[in-house]
Amino acid sequence: MALVLVNNIHKSYSLGDVEVHALQGVSFSIGEGEFVSIMGASGSGKSTLMNIIGCLDIPSKGKYILNGEDVSSLGSDQLANIRKDTIGFVFQGFNLLPKMSALENVELPMLYKGVGAKKRREGAMEALKKVDLEDRADHQPHQLSGGQQQRVAIARALANDAPLILADEPTGNLDSHTSEEVMKLFVRLNEETGKTIIQVTHEPDMAHFSRRILTFRDGRMLRDEKVRT
Amino acid sequence: MMSFVETSRISFRALKANKTRSALTMLGIVIGVMAVIIMFAVGTGANRQISQQFASLGTNILMVRPGADRGPGGGSRNTVNTLVVEDAYSITEHCGAVAYAAPVYGGNAQTVYGNANYPAKVTGTILDYFAIQDWELVSGRAFTDQDVRSATKVCVIGQTIVEELFGGEDPLGKIIRVKKIPMVVIGILEELGDSPRGNDQDNVVIVPISTAQRRMFSPSRPDTVSMISVKAIDETHLDIAQKQIEDLLALRHKIRPGQDNDFSVRNLTQFVESAKSATAVMTMLLTAVAGVSLLVGGIGIMNIMLVSVTERTREIGIRMAVGAKSSDIRLQFLVEALTLSLLGGMIGIVLGVGGAQFISTGFGWATEVSLMSVLLSFGFSGFVGIFFGYYPAYKASLLNPIEALRYE
Repeated sequence: MALVLVNNIHKSYSLGDVEVHALQGVSFSIGEGEFVSIMGASGSGKSTLMNIIGCLDIPSKGKYILNGEDVSSLGSDQLANIRKDTIGFVFQGFNLLPKMSALENVELPMLYKGVGAKKRREGAMEALKKVDLEDRADHQPHQLSGGQQQRVAIARALANDAPLILADEPTGNLDSHTSEEVMKLFVRLNEETGKTIIQVTHEPDMAHFSRRILTFRDGRMLRDEKVRT
Repeated sequence: MMSFVETSRISFRALKANKTRSALTMLGIVIGVMAVIIMFAVGTGANRQISQQFASLGTNILMVRPGADRGPGGGSRNTVNTLVVEDAYSITEHCGAVAYAAPVYGGNAQTVYGNANYPAKVTGTILDYFAIQDWELVSGRAFTDQDVRSATKVCVIGQTIVEELFGGEDPLGKIIRVKKIPMVVIGILEELGDSPRGNDQDNVVIVPISTAQRRMFSPSRPDTVSMISVKAIDETHLDIAQKQIEDLLALRHKIRPGQDNDFSVRNLTQFVESAKSATAVMTMLLTAVAGVSLLVGGIGIMNIMLVSVTERTREIGIRMAVGAKSSDIRLQFLVEALTLSLLGGMIGIVLGVGGAQFISTGFGWATEVSLMSVLLSFGFSGFVGIFFGYYPAYKASLLNPIEALRYE
């Protein structure tokens, strides 16, 4: 079954007097358990697409069906609920809350789900174990290296048991060695726990850790190719 | 949906992360609440003190003064000579609700004994005045009706005169000069202390009224009095006594119906009321000023919360990305503002109660912290927190998660 089903979506917005058509009829589907990379130059519309897939935004036209539910025209509260249950985000700049420990950062999605304090702690500890950082649970972000911070962010994306992980240039701020570690972690999560992972990247090396690459240009999908292993 | 307890915990952590700023923001509320409580305490204390002092003077006293009543504070003393000694005797005789009525006439005069001299207040009256004022003598005797009839040169002196003129000497039987007239001291009054208005009540020389009129002050009309002091038989007969006096004097003074009386009758409760309403206005004014500082404190909270929302735009974006609804964000910032104001309110209450205590022990002012003022100022600081916290919280909740996440 397709987890992400995008059917002829358009997105336009106005910048002052100019109408910008960021997406002009994009269609594809991503099945459960896939690991997909989205590539394209800046201005290709890939960020807009990620915002829509991540339920942070809705398309101007077309249908987006996530996990069997049409989310193309939901309100902001309903989108927040979908994000909470279905999507884990990993950002280029890690986006951890400062002055909070790694454990508390990982607990955050569960907090908004209304999970009790004890269960939150256990769940967050388990997520940190999956990224091999259980011994850093009490550290604050500034006490961790970039790679460790990104792994905490990945643990946070795992915390709610969401089926979909969306990573927006997850290695953009990391050196090549650490980048590779993060990619290997994604591959492991994808293979061992069956998480569906979609990442945006413009490094071909990183894209090749995934199984499928979608390439975008000028708001349209240019190529959809399998990666040979 | 997140529980309120969790929201409070998050808000508390955010405030703790910026301790100095939170403390300074709270300071406005602290000072406001403290000021409200202290002002209220001083006002309530003053009111109580006034009541107590007037109660000690006796609540069944009436005062008849010459001239029409010009309302509270309208002076009429000695401006007209419409009351005479005979009016007082007539009141005692004819008004059933009156226990005693005593005419009073006097003025200021220099008293001399040996080398010592002192400016005293001379009160000319009759024996009944001692009963009306509940005055006791510590030694000697009061003058008699016979003394009044024949304008004898005798006097009863207060404690201040005893000290100023005699020092350690026993004044009884000694002759002092009052307005150059030699008078024999026949009695010494107990200590009376200060009046509610702060006058020294012990600085008195009490003489028969006829002596004051004929030998000392010689008014144009020889039997004029400046006041008639009346004691009703008890508190419940105060109004009846007042009515009886008014009717009797109107008849004696031949006042036609519809014409204003040429005298006025007042009781002490009226003085209490006017004194109380004066302090009430004062208290209200001061409390209003204190309330304004609370309001300014609230604006301070709004200011800081707006800065905080802008600073933490990215945090808001992250929270929204992981599933926080607009209402979760709004609640978080609202609770932060409320925590600031209520915490400030509580500290203000502690300092206010302490401050009121300090004022009463340090300055000797009567203060009384009322539960009402505590609840009122605490409730008001909560209201200020919600009122001024809502706009920043609302602004935070309107943020678009995409833009908030991109915010540097």
